[in-house]
Amino acid sequence: LPFPRPDSPFSSSSSSASVLPDGIDRSSDAFLRNSTAARQLLSRLHSHVQKAFAGGGPEAVRRNRGRDKLLPRERIDRMVDDGSSFLELSQLAGYDLYDEPLPSAGIITGIGPVHGRLCMFVANDPTVKGGTYYPVTVKKHLRAQEIAAECKLPCIYLVDSGGANLPRQADVFPDRDNFGRIFYNQAKMSSEGIPQIALVLGSCTAGGAYIPAMADESVIVKGNGTIFLAGPPLVKAATGEEVSAEDLGGAAMHCKVSGVSDHFANDELDGLTIGRNIVKNLHMAGKGVQPSHSSDYEEPLYDAEELRSIAPTDQKQPFDIRSVIARIVDGSEFDEFKKLYGTTLVTGFARIFGQPVGIIGNNGILFTESALKGSHFIQLCVQRNIPLIFLQNITGFMVGSRSEASGIAKAGAKMVMAVSCAKVPKITLIVGGSFGAGNYGMCGRAYSPNFLFLWPTAKISVMGGIQAAGVLAQIERSNKKKQNIEWSEEEEEKFKSKVVEAYEREGSPYYSSARLWDDGIIDPADTRKVLGLCLAASVKSVTEETKYGVFRM
Amino acid sequence: PRPFSSLPEKGSIEKILVANRGEIACRIMRTAKRLGIRTVAVYSDADRNGLHVKSADEAVRIGEAPARVSYLNGSAIMEAARRTGAQAIHPGYGFLSESADFAHLCEAEGLRFIGPPASAIRDMGDKSASKRIMGAAGVPLVPGYHGDNQDTAFLKSEAEKIGYPILIKPTHGGGGKGMRIVQNAEEFIEAFLGAKREAAASFGIDTILLEKYITQPRHVEVQVFGDKHGNVIHLNERDCSLQRRHQKIIEEAPAPNVANDFRSHLGKAAVAAAKAVGYYSAGTVEFIMDTISGQFYFMEMNTRLQVEHPVTEMIVDQDLVEWQIRVANGEHLPLTQSEVPLKGHAFEARIYAENVARGFLPATGTLHHYQPVSVSPTVRVETGVEEGDTVSMHYDPMIAKLVVWGENRDAALVKLKNCLQNFQVAGLPTNISFLQSLADHWAFEKGLVETHFIEHFKNDLCVDSTEKVAEETYASARLGASIVAACICEMDHLASSETPLACIGGNTLQSLWYSHPPFRMHHSPKRKMELEWEIESAGSCEELFKLVITYQPNGSYFTEIEDCDFPGWNIKVTHLGNHKFRVDADGFSTYVTLALYSKEDSKHIHLWHDKHHHHYRQIMKLNQYTDDESHHKPVLDMGNRPKGSVVAPMAGLVVKVLLENGALVGEGQPVLVLEAMKMEHVVKSPRAGYVEGLQVSPGQQVFDSSVLFTIKDK
Repeated sequence: LPFPRPDSPFSSSSSSASVLPDGIDRSSDAFLRNSTAARQLLSRLHSHVQKAFAGGGPEAVRRNRGRDKLLPRERIDRMVDDGSSFLELSQLAGYDLYDEPLPSAGIITGIGPVHGRLCMFVANDPTVKGGTYYPVTVKKHLRAQEIAAECKLPCIYLVDSGGANLPRQADVFPDRDNFGRIFYNQAKMSSEGIPQIALVLGSCTAGGAYIPAMADESVIVKGNGTIFLAGPPLVKAATGEEVSAEDLGGAAMHCKVSGVSDHFANDELDGLTIGRNIVKNLHMAGKGVQPSHSSDYEEPLYDAEELRSIAPTDQKQPFDIRSVIARIVDGSEFDEFKKLYGTTLVTGFARIFGQPVGIIGNNGILFTESALKGSHFIQLCVQRNIPLIFLQNITGFMVGSRSEASGIAKAGAKMVMAVSCAKVPKITLIVGGSFGAGNYGMCGRAYSPNFLFLWPTAKISVMGGIQAAGVLAQIERSNKKKQNIEWSEEEEEKFKSKVVEAYEREGSPYYSSARLWDDGIIDPADTRKVLGLCLAASVKSVTEETKYGVFRM
Repeated sequence: PRPFSSLPEKGSIEKILVANRGEIACRIMRTAKRLGIRTVAVYSDADRNGLHVKSADEAVRIGEAPARVSYLNGSAIMEAARRTGAQAIHPGYGFLSESADFAHLCEAEGLRFIGPPASAIRDMGDKSASKRIMGAAGVPLVPGYHGDNQDTAFLKSEAEKIGYPILIKPTHGGGGKGMRIVQNAEEFIEAFLGAKREAAASFGIDTILLEKYITQPRHVEVQVFGDKHGNVIHLNERDCSLQRRHQKIIEEAPAPNVANDFRSHLGKAAVAAAKAVGYYSAGTVEFIMDTISGQFYFMEMNTRLQVEHPVTEMIVDQDLVEWQIRVANGEHLPLTQSEVPLKGHAFEARIYAENVARGFLPATGTLHHYQPVSVSPTVRVETGVEEGDTVSMHYDPMIAKLVVWGENRDAALVKLKNCLQNFQVAGLPTNISFLQSLADHWAFEKGLVETHFIEHFKNDLCVDSTEKVAEETYASARLGASIVAACICEMDHLASSETPLACIGGNTLQSLWYSHPPFRMHHSPKRKMELEWEIESAGSCEELFKLVITYQPNGSYFTEIEDCDFPGWNIKVTHLGNHKFRVDADGFSTYVTLALYSKEDSKHIHLWHDKHHHHYRQIMKLNQYTDDESHHKPVLDMGNRPKGSVVAPMAGLVVKVLLENGALVGEGQPVLVLEAMKMEHVVKSPRAGYVEGLQVSPGQQVFDSSVLFTIKDK
């Protein structure tokens, strides 16, 4: 065991030493300021989410109900085990991305248990643009499949879609990570023994028809479910044949004649029940029982809701990442590694709901020592098969001659190498800033963490807006100078503020979430819960061997 | 009490065979066991696993389910007694208990019959003979004229003597035909002639008799007991007026609103009746009592231990089955008349499997949930069934007798109501809620019982299916549905936290997915549940409640009903085990019991809360369907084939042709045999009809889907 168990006789006196202090000064101005700001941030987040929940609006919802159809989230609620959790991903995908609103990118994805087995759900929202695939819809669908493939979760597709969004076909159809990749993924996952299950609850036209066709097992609902490469209007245009949708590709035809679908459902609830039964009968090889961890764990000692008030909206204000860790780990117990070395990076071991984790959190700029410490710690966790949790609040690696001379590029490269190659579950949470190579070394999106979530206080960009404005202004000034153009202070300030404004907008968590740079913005108070659920989904029963490349020494 | 004098005639009984089933068999065995007497049960195939079989030391199968070939099969019972070496037979009530022949047979076989002498059974079994004997013994009879003189004027004068109102009744026949109630002398002639005409038309014989008509009768009966030494005493009376379908449902002892001197009057008459037929063992003399005049008249005598004997036992503090056994042993009665106590008051409510709304029709089914009230010195539950047992159509559908005792009638009634509230049966319809309405009725509370009570107060007691359900009942059903929803959520939560997730690793991290409340990203977890309320008291009316349950962060449930103006309830549930829950709904705490079972593809849920018992069905699908609709009729290639065509299921060789054209076939009858892929395939007729168009012969190759023959309708 990597940790002495709290009840073990060997850890009796030393265990209290690792308990983190509260770390919050509730009477401080900063705390009060942050609390007020947090309330505004959260209410803004909730109002965005409420809009996303409304789907395609009351009229579309009413039409949907009129066809005896449930909304996609209701479908999932009826399919996951009664009283179980559902971890919805990327609720704000598609936000403010197109001229027209595309709530949740027209597709609901997330993880929930069915008959005790965690499954990835991918559910079209027919109330949003008929459930058609926009580029971001495809991206969200592919992201769900990526998580499923990585965590070996059976996929359940709740299909109700008109297929590719035709006006945007060029951005949807041909590229590597476009529509075709969905079926490629289905084939690959099926070949790896990850079940692919499709429930046809509505139309499933053209390319969409391949989702059930590619599935290992499929269900189709009488009346509402149709599968065809071309619908009745196109058939009439192409061949002159006049045929009803039900006869052309309805449930009875596909279950009795074509064999495209395997199960006939009388209505939606019936179909969802059949879907649950399919999962019940799965037998996934290699999914053995893993060693059980200590079944008792303690909740953190401090109030989780205070997490909302820890991270400031102003990135310049520092805070101790340990006050975050103290509110997400079991018993607030955290055994720090190399506490006195490279102190701007906090590393250490803890447990979350009994699961051992290695935590890497920023407490300032990354120096050479901090990067070396991080690389070392990642290797430790890999060696011991301990999942990694990255808590990002990073303005970047230290710049300047002293830093360069210390080989900070080498040190950063080591950390990137370690992060890239580590084959343990990785979960990244951006609590504050995420700038420059800091984003990379701390397992940003490009480093394929199993999950990546943001707090509403997150800011993501290549560098800070003011710094960028300064750099760009210098270049602009020298350009102007070459062309002998006068550049007044006033003009420069205007130029700079435009840059800052753009960075501000593009660094916003909503900008990120809209584009699937992350898996969602969470309420800081839910952090422990979300991390636990993600760990449960990503912890594997079989250890994967990690092979590193060449570390530049 | 004076101990039994021990003067056995030919040794005491050491082993008793109980020639009965159900609660009475269990009850007899209980006393036998207490006395150290071994017991033998007999059972039919339907009762193989019955409680009475389990309660006995030995058990013998006596035949198939129908009583005619089992519990009424005297020779099989004799054989069972011989095989097991039983020395005595207790017949219980019903079945062979009042068969003089059987009693006789027992004695002839050298077995002691625990009951009265065969002669007494015979004398009392003949209704008119018994009345004659009683009349001779001075026991009061309903005044009337039963003679041969049919002269109109004579009968009218007899009617005057008896006093109006008068009942005119044909001597033959029944079913109320020809019966007339005459209120006064003026109406007599017309009614008399009408009754005669109707009797002649219906039965061919027009003789009639006259009897005093009792407008408000009560059914009062006296428990008597005799020994083989000529001693007969009475153990006070019971009132059994509350009846439906001529069957008693609530009995009590002593009879309410009866004076002491009347009681002893009644008792003396009963003892006289028993003595007149040389009675011993337990018996009951039934009287009809005119509530207006206060007169009572002999009706009949039941020569057995009766269903309702426990109410008497409760007020005299004696075990009548023990008395029966001692008397059978030849011992003297343990008490003299003056020593018989009368302590407090007792009620018995008979709990039946029956459909109250459909005229109290007997019901059958499985006792999916059966939790009678707990017994104590003052509460008895006489039952012959356990949870999981079936109430079959073969025997009496009585589930249990609930017997309560109190210091006085009011105290006993409070206890009766409380026990009825807590008596839980689910899986089949019962009369429990009807018994509750009876016990709650103001007239019953005052002891104003009479034989027509249920008929008189029908409107108070039964909910007409066409009427709207009382708002109070409706409100309690709404709250009940909400409680049920919360309890189901809680049970699901407990079940998932107790079951390890075998398929994804059984550690605490995985069970996080089932934490409470469940997690949802940025919204409260909700659950929908459809519960159909079955309004049993009003036939089979139903009301659908669509519930929305919101999980609260503190672990409670906020339940709302869709399309309903009532505010929701915030319900906190604690599961206490054994179907019991502590429920706190908006600051009001109570205990409830929930029973769940599946029947006919539905989930049934019963809830007992406060004095209410509600039955819900959880709807799992939006609709119920017939499978027919899944049959797709391909438009493709059916068109050119004649109707009724049977096609080759695959390409193959015809090896046998079993029928010729024109042959009459039944559905599923083989017509020819094909061989393909090294296997023989029998081609059968899809329905009944005539074979036509059969043109293939053995050795012939046929193609897939080629027409082999057609079936023409008959």
